Amino acid sequence: MSEWRYWLAEQRATLMAVGIFALMFLIYVANHPAGLTANVVQTASNKGVLLAFVAMAQTLVVITAGIDLSVGMIFILTNCLASWLVVGTAMETTLGLFAVLGTGLACGALNGAIVIFGRLQPIVATIATGAIYFGLALLLRPFPGGSVNEGLADALTGRLFGLIPASLVVLAAVVLVVWVPFSRSLTGRTAYASGSSEVAAYMSGVPIRRAKFAAYTLAGLLASIGGLFLTFFTYTGEAALASGNAYTLFSIAAVVLGGVSLFGGKGSVIGAIFGALAFRTIGDLLFVFDLEPLWQPLFQGVVLLVAVSLGAFALFRVKNRLEWFG
Amino acid sequence: MSEMTTERQPARRLPKFLHGVDPAVATAFACILLLLAFGSFYSTSFLSPEYLLQQLKVASFLGVIATGMMLVILLGQIDLSVPWSVAVGGMMACAAAAFGPAGEVLAIPFGIACGMAIGLVNGIGVAYLRIPSMIITLATNAVAQGLMVVYTGGFSPQDSATAAMRWLATGSLLPGVPNAVVIWAIIGAVAVFLLTRTTFGRSVYGIGNRERAAYLSGVDTRRIVMVAFIISGALSAFGGVLLAGYASKAAQSMGDTYLLPAIAAVVLGGTSILGGRGSYLGTVAGVILITLLQSILSVMQMPEAGRQIIYGVVIVAMLLLYGRTPPVR
Repeated sequence: MSEWRYWLAEQRATLMAVGIFALMFLIYVANHPAGLTANVVQTASNKGVLLAFVAMAQTLVVITAGIDLSVGMIFILTNCLASWLVVGTAMETTLGLFAVLGTGLACGALNGAIVIFGRLQPIVATIATGAIYFGLALLLRPFPGGSVNEGLADALTGRLFGLIPASLVVLAAVVLVVWVPFSRSLTGRTAYASGSSEVAAYMSGVPIRRAKFAAYTLAGLLASIGGLFLTFFTYTGEAALASGNAYTLFSIAAVVLGGVSLFGGKGSVIGAIFGALAFRTIGDLLFVFDLEPLWQPLFQGVVLLVAVSLGAFALFRVKNRLEWFG
Repeated sequence: MSEMTTERQPARRLPKFLHGVDPAVATAFACILLLLAFGSFYSTSFLSPEYLLQQLKVASFLGVIATGMMLVILLGQIDLSVPWSVAVGGMMACAAAAFGPAGEVLAIPFGIACGMAIGLVNGIGVAYLRIPSMIITLATNAVAQGLMVVYTGGFSPQDSATAAMRWLATGSLLPGVPNAVVIWAIIGAVAVFLLTRTTFGRSVYGIGNRERAAYLSGVDTRRIVMVAFIISGALSAFGGVLLAGYASKAAQSMGDTYLLPAIAAVVLGGTSILGGRGSYLGTVAGVILITLLQSILSVMQMPEAGRQIIYGVVIVAMLLLYGRTPPVR
């Protein structure tokens, strides 16, 4: 009896995100002219998965009480790089894939090194590295263009057995390969601990630096997987500043919707994924209700504003006013 | 305690007239001289008074925006809504100008008021709802963007600046001194007065050091945080008004290139990103430093890509020199 109640309490925020997503998706599908078909699900999941990867990246860093404002730019940079490298024969494509993922890792590692060993504030440091990554992306693709191995792209954005969207399968695989081992390891525990209270974590002798470095580096990797998928969907690379900024912003929105605490130490990647899917569905709701696309940015902004303001309800639980000031 | 003593050490070794000068500010000014020397190799006109005055004029737009940013950073917060506050200020001022002569008169105040509204939402969110400033300002930035997209999308709005805006940004009341520089000087003087001579300024530094302690000493910390965000929004919007006057029209993306420079200018000027420490002189140095860097890169015909990279590298490098936080112990 008490066993599952503890589990429920721990996963409450994540389950809430799942609930919001389920509700939004239900409204979306109910009002969609085509109804619930494999095609509708495929399109929705393809759009959602892009943001889900970037949101996962953001989550890892946010858990350590940091923030990565360069995720959107890593996403754009790896998109531009993939539009050069992930082409040609199977061998070349594979090498290209590794190069793109390696670049993501390197970007994340640079962020980590600057924040941890350089001891700079994550906000300023990642805004600055974001500028560097965007510059590199512009260098690679001054104009939109390039191509991608279309066989691979179609396979990964298509459907398995004509039913299950392949992008969702990849997302699940990445969760299994990256998140599950990370969260169950000492490194992952330490990431949570240092996000919760860095001083306490330091006193307990857990490897704070290694955990934070791993979080930033894996964030780079996850953002680059997102970048790869963007290339698979669009078949091109484009160094679009607006799109990079939007993904950074939306990743934070998804993380908040997914119940990950921005003060660190709380939440999970699973929640953030459902937060991302919910955020995307909310944006798409406008289309099924035949509203002008012009209203989409405002609508998303308002949803974000409301989502972050919901956190203020915690103030009602505060008994001592001094707790306002953290 | 140990922090205090390490901070004072360099001052003791310096000559007497440099006592009390923040090493970060000194470094920033040294870098300005270095950039000037470097620039004069590229072009002989780099050190001419006309060119330097032109740089100062360009710097004053950033200076106005960075003043608001500095106030917020001194509190230990950050204002990421600068891009669209700037755009809203410029666009709304131009929009007001479409409503006849009364609109022309009210254009500038209306633009600034819109920026103050954004700042008010930020301020309420940060001060009263205790939402992290980074998040709420990103959200208001997105809402402001959405509003402007809706506003411009339906019809083609009035987007040309009024004569008054153009005069403020490009004219010169005193012969030889551009108005924009005068405006920056006035805003700077007010900022210095506020920060060093008023209870408001003292409270800002107090809150930046430890909001809890400031609250316990009887400071209405929440009101002060809110007012600081309103001022920041107003100054961003005013920067947008000036920029619209400078380019004689307002555009949606006009503020995008001002977020990173504004933060960089404040932080490079020695203001601690954690709040509570920093001087306006440093921000002035930071603004001039950033503007000179931009100008040298454009004199060198550096493409946008290279500019972004150098920009990021310089900011990281300078922060590594003197912007590091103390280690956990």
